[in-house]
Amino acid sequence: MLKAKIFVQLKPSVLDPQGKAVSGTLSQLGFDTVQSTRISRYIEIVFAEDDPDLLEPKVKEICNTLLANPNTELYHFDIEKVEES
Amino acid sequence: MRVSVITFPGSNCDHDTVDVFADLGHDSRTIWHKDTDLQNPDLVVLPGGFSYGDYLRSGALARFSPVMKEVISFAKKGGYILGICNGFQVLTEAQLLPGSLLANEQLDFVCRHQYIRVETGNSPWTYGLTKGRILDIPIAHKKGRFHLDRAQLEILENNDQVIFRYADEAGQITPEANPNGSVNNIAGICSVNRRILGMMPHPERAATKAVVSSDGYEILKAFESFLASGN
Repeated sequence: MLKAKIFVQLKPSVLDPQGKAVSGTLSQLGFDTVQSTRISRYIEIVFAEDDPDLLEPKVKEICNTLLANPNTELYHFDIEKVEES
Repeated sequence: MRVSVITFPGSNCDHDTVDVFADLGHDSRTIWHKDTDLQNPDLVVLPGGFSYGDYLRSGALARFSPVMKEVISFAKKGGYILGICNGFQVLTEAQLLPGSLLANEQLDFVCRHQYIRVETGNSPWTYGLTKGRILDIPIAHKKGRFHLDRAQLEILENNDQVIFRYADEAGQITPEANPNGSVNNIAGICSVNRRILGMMPHPERAATKAVVSSDGYEILKAFESFLASGN
């Protein structure tokens, strides 16, 4: 089986108020070198497939169709083998 | 007119919307999101709520509900669609309207009366309303920050597709009057053919005799007049 590990992030030009709030709390906690925080979404999908090269375009399609909004988000992913459970 | 209001799992303004149109004498009904018959509507409404619990992104999963194929085909044929709050989010996810609705800048869920300014009379939804008219329409959302990149925003503005902006009582467009950080204080936009309106404020919550503001009637009646005018 294969697992796709997908990160979906807001584009750098898009304000991330959650990240801003976390930055504020971190600096309040004394982490005064924190410059910025961006919150991303991490998604794992397990597939009953064995060939990473065949899976890659499918994961791209999944990201483009549903997981990421092309107006505001970017994505990247890795594919790794996982043991059958 | 015949009004079909789509009910997604998590919609919570569908019945209010049906009632408001029924009170105005229209033949209105809900359509379950798994149905594929829109029942020959003159107007489709995507109501407010939290379709699919707002999972992934607001409207992202509802956009693929079976009924949406029919809604998209209705839109492509030039049908009239009103998306309110979550309905607006669904319309952007379905790419029937440009832009995205993101988390409010201040992260609060905002639930309050809000003044919006009519930006153009050139839409079925503001037909007969004067540009600059101020309406008091409630808002209730956490993800209502309208976002569009600069180039697309310029196109939207130049096409006169901005229908409503958040304003103060005097009609001034100020950062203080902007409840969620929307770009250019945008509260509602229409499609290029002007037949699809998406707005975060809830006109159906200001269109019954029991509530404080009745300004929602202005939008619904503008649409009625537009249809009656045979445009």
